Amino acid sequence: MGEGGIRGLAAAGNYQPRRQFYYLREYSWGILSGMSVPLTLLGLLERGPSHGYDLKRDYDAYFGQGRPLRYSQVYATLSRLARDGKTVAGPVEQEAGPERRRYIITSDGVAEVDKWLGEPVPPDPDLQSELFTKVVLALMLGKRADSYLDTQRAAHLRRMRELTSFKQRGGTLDVLLADHALYRLEADLRWIDHTAARLDQLARAVRS
Amino acid sequence: MTGIEKSAVTGNVVEARGLSLSFGSTPALRGASLAVRRGEVVAVMGPSGSGKSTLLHCLAGILVPGEGEVWFGGQRLDSLSDDRRSALRRDRFGFVFQSGQLVPELTAEENVALPLLLSGTRRGPAMAAARRWFPVLGLDGLERRRSGELSGGQAQRVALARGLVAEPEVLFADEPTGALDSVSGELVMDLLTTAVRERGTTVVLVTHDARVAAYADREVVVRDGKVGTLTGAQP
Repeated sequence: MGEGGIRGLAAAGNYQPRRQFYYLREYSWGILSGMSVPLTLLGLLERGPSHGYDLKRDYDAYFGQGRPLRYSQVYATLSRLARDGKTVAGPVEQEAGPERRRYIITSDGVAEVDKWLGEPVPPDPDLQSELFTKVVLALMLGKRADSYLDTQRAAHLRRMRELTSFKQRGGTLDVLLADHALYRLEADLRWIDHTAARLDQLARAVRS
Repeated sequence: MTGIEKSAVTGNVVEARGLSLSFGSTPALRGASLAVRRGEVVAVMGPSGSGKSTLLHCLAGILVPGEGEVWFGGQRLDSLSDDRRSALRRDRFGFVFQSGQLVPELTAEENVALPLLLSGTRRGPAMAAARRWFPVLGLDGLERRRSGELSGGQAQRVALARGLVAEPEVLFADEPTGALDSVSGELVMDLLTTAVRERGTTVVLVTHDARVAAYADREVVVRDGKVGTLTGAQP
């Protein structure tokens, strides 16, 4: 990962978080919230047998983005995966430190990961977006929807500048994650511009 | 205080004050004003036909506004003769347009050297200066190719080198990635912003693309021939 990794964004150099905006960390929570932690840990195990500690470290490094897993969550998940036949726990290893076990993925576990990786994530049409609601309500009430759209456009562009600056300092994984956010923001902006150009028409529609 | 003194005090390297310009009966600018500080990268956004390219052409002295003033470094630009504006563009400004616009008969390095040759630099030093840009922009080994032998992204990087080789005070870029795919466009913008920030070059960047504008320090929006600052935008 790049300088400081994705998790380091908020703490990086001259980056000054602004309370009123969302951050990459929060964005990551959003896009990863539907992702299954058990399936991700199972996928990491497919690389080879691993201790819970190492799985947590790798999960946090690649997918945590400022939201690391708790150890208790890791071990509880590994126990459930073992109970369901997706993994088996190796014998307790106790050398100098605390007791440790290696977990090994089973053929059922491999099949589960294969199935999951091949399934599309449900596209999110955002039909109930707050942005849409604010515009329609403003028009209904005869308020300045264009001012709101300008404010929102400025907020989106500011966020895009932050992400672009972050990309220029980051590594490949940082760039890919930031790109995902940038393309989604760009889609919002295109909707904002499209809507701004049709406000009169929309106002007539919602007031009729 | 005179205009020259005022411009020097405010630190604006280029400034448009109340520009209006029509093409026939069609107004393109209607009182557009924009001040750009030295070393700043400003994105000029706006829908098609909003007047953003016309504004850039006025700021660069390519077009003369019907009304209003254009200032550059404490000098009134719009009232200069054609010859003096041409000399200013050649010696103090750099340009990058949407489609490279390289001279097809020249090699890549000759294209890059062109602004220096036109301003009287001898061929040897001009070519040497041009060649220094090739590794900077990831163009090693392409010095002798002609524009037809370059990909779109490579040609645009050659055009960028040509825009910067004379170390201009202001680089005017009009949709510099407009003809490129997203990956090539991103590379051009990465290289452009890195190069200008290292040199303190001021950039006026016209784009309709928010991802390109995100490389700038700030953005303004041109609508109906006027320049607006986005509500809530921070300097």
